[in-house]
Amino acid sequence: MTSLRGPNAVDLTLNVNGHDRSVHVPPRFSLLDTLRGPLGLTGTKLVCDEGDCGACTVLIDDRPVYSCLTLAIAAEGRRVETIEGLSQDGTLHPVQEAFVEHDAYQCGFCTPGQVMSVVSLLRAKPDAREDDVRRAVSGNLCRCGAYPNIVAAGVAAAKKKR
Amino acid sequence: MSLFAYARPKALGEALKLLKNGTIALAGGTDLITLMRHGLAEPDALVDLTGIEGLRGITREKGRGIRIGALTALSDVEASADLLRSLPIVPESLRDAATPQIRNMGTVGGNLLQRNRCWYFRDEGVQCWLKGGKRCFAVDGENRYHAVIGAHECWIVSPSDLAPALIASDAEVELASSLGRRRIPLAGFYVAPSGKQRKEHAIRRGELITTVRIPEKALERKGTYVKAMERKAWSFAIVSVAAAARVRDGKASDVRLVLGGIAPIPWRVPAAERVLDGTSLDDNACLAAADVVLKDATPLRDNGYKVTLARELVRRALRSLMS
Ligand SMILES: Cc1cc2nc3c(=O)[nH]c(=O)nc-3n(C[C@H](O)[C@H](O)[C@H](O)COP(=O)(O)OP(=O)(O)OC[C@H]3O[C@@H](n4cnc5c(N)ncnc54)[C@H](O)[C@@H]3O)c2cc1C
Ligand code: SF4
Ligand code: FES
Ligand code: FES
Repeated sequence: MTSLRGPNAVDLTLNVNGHDRSVHVPPRFSLLDTLRGPLGLTGTKLVCDEGDCGACTVLIDDRPVYSCLTLAIAAEGRRVETIEGLSQDGTLHPVQEAFVEHDAYQCGFCTPGQVMSVVSLLRAKPDAREDDVRRAVSGNLCRCGAYPNIVAAGVAAAKKKR
Repeated sequence: MSLFAYARPKALGEALKLLKNGTIALAGGTDLITLMRHGLAEPDALVDLTGIEGLRGITREKGRGIRIGALTALSDVEASADLLRSLPIVPESLRDAATPQIRNMGTVGGNLLQRNRCWYFRDEGVQCWLKGGKRCFAVDGENRYHAVIGAHECWIVSPSDLAPALIASDAEVELASSLGRRRIPLAGFYVAPSGKQRKEHAIRRGELITTVRIPEKALERKGTYVKAMERKAWSFAIVSVAAAARVRDGKASDVRLVLGGIAPIPWRVPAAERVLDGTSLDDNACLAAADVVLKDATPLRDNGYKVTLARELVRRALRSLMS
């Protein structure tokens, strides 16, 4: 019989960017607060905290989700990926590179979330077209309005993959 | 958000045992977590249903309709080859619902049980009628997104895109509790808050949705879902129309017409469906049916536009069934 855990802090093991990480947080902690706080991964951004902006987008089991609406404890046993996990040995991920090449940001606050959404799309659909990219980032708000360049970066990254 | 305990059982029976007073079921969390942050739900414990594999997935059995597990992600419904082939109205209803991230997290059961989006309701500082207060602030307040029909004390609108499409498909929900199981038409699941009933769903305490069932007969109808939004993404329906009909030799029969965004419940008027029986869904028939649907509308100060919009969306949805 599964028993209740908490309400005070409990030990969790989260698989983040391929590594098992231990944290001690109460069940009410969001995945976002746990990434940014105890795990020190501040690349994922906090803005609205209620599913209205997309800045907190991470991948769980390859799919983009809002980490502000995910409980850390509910992410146990799943694969969490954040923007910090993309570059390999100091080399940017092709999607990150495309964002740089296409100047796909101004303030950069929405960028980690946008990138994660495009990375997930290209994994599922390497031959993605412009329409697919538009849909993939439709849950990521850009207050600076860099949309045309974000879509161009996504399309270019897909072309490179083809 | 106050403190709560948490469990993720692997079996339905365990989950039902854990659902005592003060405990709430958690699925994708996309609505519940926000409600909790605003003090609109204050559970002592959450029972996370996502570990119960048996509640996920879509099955199509020849002659026996379609079953959708309550924990199936909205994005899996949207992409289901079985549904796209046999019941496209359902995936179509989700194409413009929320965002990709919310569709990845959100589940069928959670979508059907999401709470309303009235801004007075969502504001923790406002004690309106639905939250046990004395009056509805929307009636003479800011009400451009509120109901135009079917409201009693409370003028919320049903926010789900999935519900009208499923009701137009004669869906039933299967419910389980520690006392047993029952099955009811999805339409009967929604109630306009009034009197002592200060909530919008007829689910009982300790009860879980396990499955949504669509009968084989509903698969013989052609269906469509149209949604008017303030922008092309990330927006609840201002008005939506789920329409379905059997079409043979240019004539419609067995019509279903269910509207979202205009009433506290998904709005279905069988008399309007009968108006369409045997017609070719021409403009005149469509508008006559729309007039029956909207006959009792009593818009508030700022939402009369919804009546005009609904009338035209009904026409477009029905017309498209003939193309
Ligand atoms: C920014 C935003 C935009 C949105 N736009 C749209 C839109 O355009 N169209 C639309 O349809 N929806 C929209 N939604 C709502 C969204 O679809 C719902 O929040 C989501 O479907 C809820 O599913 P969930 O699994 O996350 O539910 P949760 O948040 O986990 O649960 C919601 C409720 O359902 C209960 N529950 C969940 N599953 C079960 C079950 N199996 N049995 C019994 N009780 C259960 C929970 O206890 C809770 O009370 C939007 C939400 C957000 C945040
Ligand atoms: S419409 Fe309902 S939820 Fe909104 S203020 Fe009125 S009573 Fe409250
Ligand atoms: S911080 Fe999560 S969606 Fe805005
Ligand atoms: S670059 Fe500033 S919000 Fe997108």
